[in-house]
Amino acid sequence: MEPVGVAGTETRKELTLNMGPQHPATHGVLRLTLDLDGETVIRCTPHVGYLHRGIEKLAETRTYQGVMPLTDRLDYVASVANNVGYCLAVERLFGIEAPDRAKYLRTIAFEMSRISSHLLWLATHALDIGAMTVFLYCFREREWLLDIFETICGARLTVSYPRIGGVLQDMEPAVLESLEAFTRMFPEKILEYETLIDKNRIWLQRTQGVGVISAKDAVRWGLTGPTLRGSGVSYDLRRDVPYDAYDRVQFEVPIGNKGDVYDRYRCRMEELRQSNRIIQQCIAALPEGDILASDAPELDMPISGKKELVPEMSLGNASLAFGDRVSVAPKGEIYSAVEVPKGELGFYLMSDGTGNPCRMRVRSPSYVHAGALAKMCEGGFIADVIAVIGSIDIVMGECDR
Amino acid sequence: MSGMEVQKIAERLARAFPDAIREVVGFRGQVTVIVDRASILDVLQLLKNEPDLAFSHLADLCGIDLGKTHEPRFGVVYTLYSIQHRHRIRLRAEVPADDCAIDSAGELWEGAAWHERECYDMFGIAFRRHPDLRRVLMPEDWQGHPLRKDYPVEGPAEQWPGYTEVLRKAEEFKKHELRKR
Repeated sequence: MEPVGVAGTETRKELTLNMGPQHPATHGVLRLTLDLDGETVIRCTPHVGYLHRGIEKLAETRTYQGVMPLTDRLDYVASVANNVGYCLAVERLFGIEAPDRAKYLRTIAFEMSRISSHLLWLATHALDIGAMTVFLYCFREREWLLDIFETICGARLTVSYPRIGGVLQDMEPAVLESLEAFTRMFPEKILEYETLIDKNRIWLQRTQGVGVISAKDAVRWGLTGPTLRGSGVSYDLRRDVPYDAYDRVQFEVPIGNKGDVYDRYRCRMEELRQSNRIIQQCIAALPEGDILASDAPELDMPISGKKELVPEMSLGNASLAFGDRVSVAPKGEIYSAVEVPKGELGFYLMSDGTGNPCRMRVRSPSYVHAGALAKMCEGGFIADVIAVIGSIDIVMGECDR
Repeated sequence: MSGMEVQKIAERLARAFPDAIREVVGFRGQVTVIVDRASILDVLQLLKNEPDLAFSHLADLCGIDLGKTHEPRFGVVYTLYSIQHRHRIRLRAEVPADDCAIDSAGELWEGAAWHERECYDMFGIAFRRHPDLRRVLMPEDWQGHPLRKDYPVEGPAEQWPGYTEVLRKAEEFKKHELRKR
């Protein structure tokens, strides 16, 4: 064997490593360039945009209702959350409010999407770190929720279930029963996941003290959602700026204190329980009544919900749908944000009075979090980069829009 | 967050910066303060650092294009939120098309620099003293700024040169393919 080197003569050299965009642990098409010194990351530069589809530009050419399917494709693992966020923004722009029953139905669907999103996150995050079984467990429960979505509106992922001023259709009693059965069973299942990993030595070593970001830095970088709460900042839009039925249900906002991967994991696990609680309360208190506001603007074609198409109105609709010069929307600008599974999803809408938005800006949490990877990966080991990416729960559809 | 309270904050800003605040617009309980771009950093700093305002969270920063007929044509919109006091305010700095630049807020919020890159990419608004002003969503050699109103929704006839380059490379890499059995 030839000697590989003589002691004392090694030269230190920085190595630049390209990770992604085609890498299974980047959850899509995220690319990072890592400047390495041995195994330590000196600098991490995120590159995004590989999934850019110009959703903000497309929205300017569509009617308000026509934008809805685009919002499905933002965070495609929790599409209801995006739909509701968009609907609320348009409702606030038009100054209308959904009826009580619709509010509760939207809250139920919203929390279902949070659970299914968190389950997918836990599954892939654990898989990235090497825990294979959790993946299968999580997908088992997620399947139940996706089946319920399918029963409600026919789609499993990109559901477009809410409507501006309400929801597409009512939930049948059988659906609510199935959902209630799910909520009774689910707390046990969360315990099952925790039994697998919560005290697992490998899991703890891979997550504790890794990817630390302080509360002050987290706010300065604009982090939101569980990624921010893991650092100990209590900021949850469901509680702080309540929308839909969130001001009528009891829930807690779990926070961490160290700001590492483990605390972010704990926050999301606790959120699964809280979401389950919210769904239970909503089913118990579900009021009777309309599911679409009577003053909802006729922006959707075909008309959905309980509204009937009046022949004279259809002409008016046609002019709305094609964005004529008729002033159909109030002029003004609005910023409306909701707490989606990943963090704060904000819609900034600017209306010039026509039937399509003059500007629609999507403030997506994943985009902000991708930028903050530079901060969280710095100084850690290269293997920890995987754990950090998993812990911010990034979805590239939402990041690149 | 009540509309009245935000209105008071806007009035306070107008008193503190009588020359910089152009207009205060209220709509559905939200308030937009239109600010002269020369003083935008001072205004942001005051909002962030005053203890009773404490707008610590820069929720959003984005550009807008009001169209060629509107003067000034562009704007940069800052949405601020106070985690402590739970109030929200929106600032809009006006940016004219012939001198399309504004100061970067990267010193106040690290996250701002990341949003500003997107704003530059989409609208061509330059941010002075920005640490790393490059395109972020579009390819680096892309021509034009997609969210401008005069940018077409359906693409130009010619293909993006980067795409032909990708195809050429893919062809080249075929020589490394394993021989089929």
